[in-house]
Amino acid sequence: MAKRSYTKTYMPEQAPETRMHNFEEVALGYDLESGKLEASRCLQCKNAPCIDACPVMIDIPGFIKAIEDGDMPKAYEIIARYSNLPAICGRVCPQEKQCEMVCRLGRNKRFEPVAIGKLERLVADWALEQPIEEKSTAFDKGKVAVIGSGPSGLTAAGDLAKLGYDVTVYEALHAPGGVLTYGIPEFRLPKKVVRKEIAIIEALGVKIETNVVVGKTITMDEIQQNFDACYIAVGAGAPNFMGIPGTGLNGVYSSSEYLTRINLMHGYEFPKYDTPVHQSKNVVVIGGGNVAMDAARSARRMGADKVTIVYRRSEEELPAREEEYHHSLEEKIDYSWLSNPTEYLGNDKGELVGVKCIKMALGEPDDSGRRRPVPIPDSEFIIEADMVIEAIGQGANKVLLDTFPELAINKWGYIDADEESCATSVPGIFAGGDIVTGAATVILAMGAGKLAAKEIDMYVTNKK
Amino acid sequence: MRQLSEKQFEMWVSAPRVAGKAKAGQFVILRTTEFGERIPLTIVQTDPEEGLVEIIFQVIGKSTAELATFKEGDSLHDFVGPLGMPANVKKYGTVLLVGGGVGIAALYPIIKELKKAGNRVLTILGAKTKELVILEEECRKYSDELIIMTDDGSLGEKGLVTNAMEKVFAREKIDMAWAIGPSIMMKFATMTAEKSGVPVYVSLNPIMIDGTGMCGGCRVTVGDAIKFACVDGPEFLGSEVNWDEFLLRSKQYGHEEAESFEAYQKEMADLG
Repeated sequence: MAKRSYTKTYMPEQAPETRMHNFEEVALGYDLESGKLEASRCLQCKNAPCIDACPVMIDIPGFIKAIEDGDMPKAYEIIARYSNLPAICGRVCPQEKQCEMVCRLGRNKRFEPVAIGKLERLVADWALEQPIEEKSTAFDKGKVAVIGSGPSGLTAAGDLAKLGYDVTVYEALHAPGGVLTYGIPEFRLPKKVVRKEIAIIEALGVKIETNVVVGKTITMDEIQQNFDACYIAVGAGAPNFMGIPGTGLNGVYSSSEYLTRINLMHGYEFPKYDTPVHQSKNVVVIGGGNVAMDAARSARRMGADKVTIVYRRSEEELPAREEEYHHSLEEKIDYSWLSNPTEYLGNDKGELVGVKCIKMALGEPDDSGRRRPVPIPDSEFIIEADMVIEAIGQGANKVLLDTFPELAINKWGYIDADEESCATSVPGIFAGGDIVTGAATVILAMGAGKLAAKEIDMYVTNKK
Repeated sequence: MRQLSEKQFEMWVSAPRVAGKAKAGQFVILRTTEFGERIPLTIVQTDPEEGLVEIIFQVIGKSTAELATFKEGDSLHDFVGPLGMPANVKKYGTVLLVGGGVGIAALYPIIKELKKAGNRVLTILGAKTKELVILEEECRKYSDELIIMTDDGSLGEKGLVTNAMEKVFAREKIDMAWAIGPSIMMKFATMTAEKSGVPVYVSLNPIMIDGTGMCGGCRVTVGDAIKFACVDGPEFLGSEVNWDEFLLRSKQYGHEEAESFEAYQKEMADLG
């Protein structure tokens, strides 16, 4: 066998100068040859640590071996046993903090870990090209309602259907997918991938009903009467605002609104699509997570001259994925480190003209172990801006919770559910994903969905 | 589908789940086609047995113009609701309800419920001209007194709804008031009610996208807090609303709205 290369096999990308002006996918994916080459870097460990580091515990050496052998059907069959959304996870998982972080090859000096995410994507994309097989399962084990069609709800629904349950997913928006559809932009996660992956779940017999707001269109009472069990996976979709002076000015957005207009409503294709998005020259994005990266890179593609990310800590603490941060630098996104906005400045028409910020210094570590930013007195400065996007996190949406007072809520406003079983204070009602943990990752939400499916199966089986 | 005036239309939509749950003061969000935007419209009334929901809209831009082309039997791409909190209906004593233009459609279900709750109901309807006074008979049916004001005097008295409000306040004690109509009318109705010390509810109509509390596009400053009109409202006490901010925010897409409407009208003209 040829000597293993130190670095991951190269995956082609759209050049920054080109992709800055379009919403097409940045990373273009491996072909089979480069996939086989990368697969041959895997050490095929016996007690592979990568498996334990994957929230849904995919048999990683197993599917990589199949790629190396050129057996794509087998590679897909192995992944599909564990994951219902591999084309999505291969693209958006923070692998550097999960499977790839513990890869034994990567632990060796000078070696990069195996590109597990890129290989998963290769297999999943191959599967999306295959005709979808309609499964004709007899659903004789019971009826389960899933509320929310994000990654957690879809995973639970897929697993429950495989187990023989008649599953109905209720979605408030007009399109399923949750954050995969309205949040993560096309250039990172093409919507045709999301649609196809959801179609595969529907082919298992899962029914998805859109335009249903549980708590409004139908009540939790009705769900409890009509189903044997219910999985609540409504996410953490309510945007937080800093609440500083000027938040009501025109040009001030939550990242949720900005990204929903662009992704769900196709605002970047206005006026072919009816929903407008402002064209701005100087955009400031507040925050340092993946959502901030997505918002900033979207604003760049909408034609902004200058996009600045304002982050209150330093480069070292940036929570965004490394890959996304590098992409943002290549796309000429500017950073104002150790800065925090204190006021939005407007003109007499109520339009934003600038963001007043203050410089920060890092103090003692806080509960999260990161050094706490503290403002430096008299260090205010102004960034000229006609749009500001706050990407400072989301909280629990109260629409469902307010109509279901029996359900216990924790002190952060999320559902109080058992980590080991997804069980809530109400028998038969399970919950998982961001509505339990607060905003986290796609793969953690999927992990919760898998767990919930197993626990719901046990609950319904024991009840009968 | 029925045309009420040159630009106002009434439509009954088959949506059994929405019809079964809707309460006065709530709204729906609809999308005409797969390219459409999501627009909020108040639920005027429902027929739960037939599973029907009535909406009334005025053609002011592309989406409403497109909606006006729908014929009986056509399907809307999306229709979701009921959304928002129901109006704060209970027995107050004597209530004054003020509606302006197409806002009368949103006021009517509240008039009806307040009457059913045992209130003495006084109603003022205002519009530019006679043709634009909608639901007159329906409102009259549930009102103990109905006053009509038009800008040109073509129906009822000539003048603004606030002139009529002042007369009512001068003549008797009002326990609670509602004002629903164009933003500027709601602002002045609030000021008029404040002068007489009467609390007034308004139904805000900010820009919305999802309508379920997940984006904050519809945020308004109420008291000192940021509220989302789609989940916390749309009904708020008028005296607590930051009207200047609200009015400026409503206009933020004026340019794009005009661009979209012009493109649509040109496309329709080209199709002949």
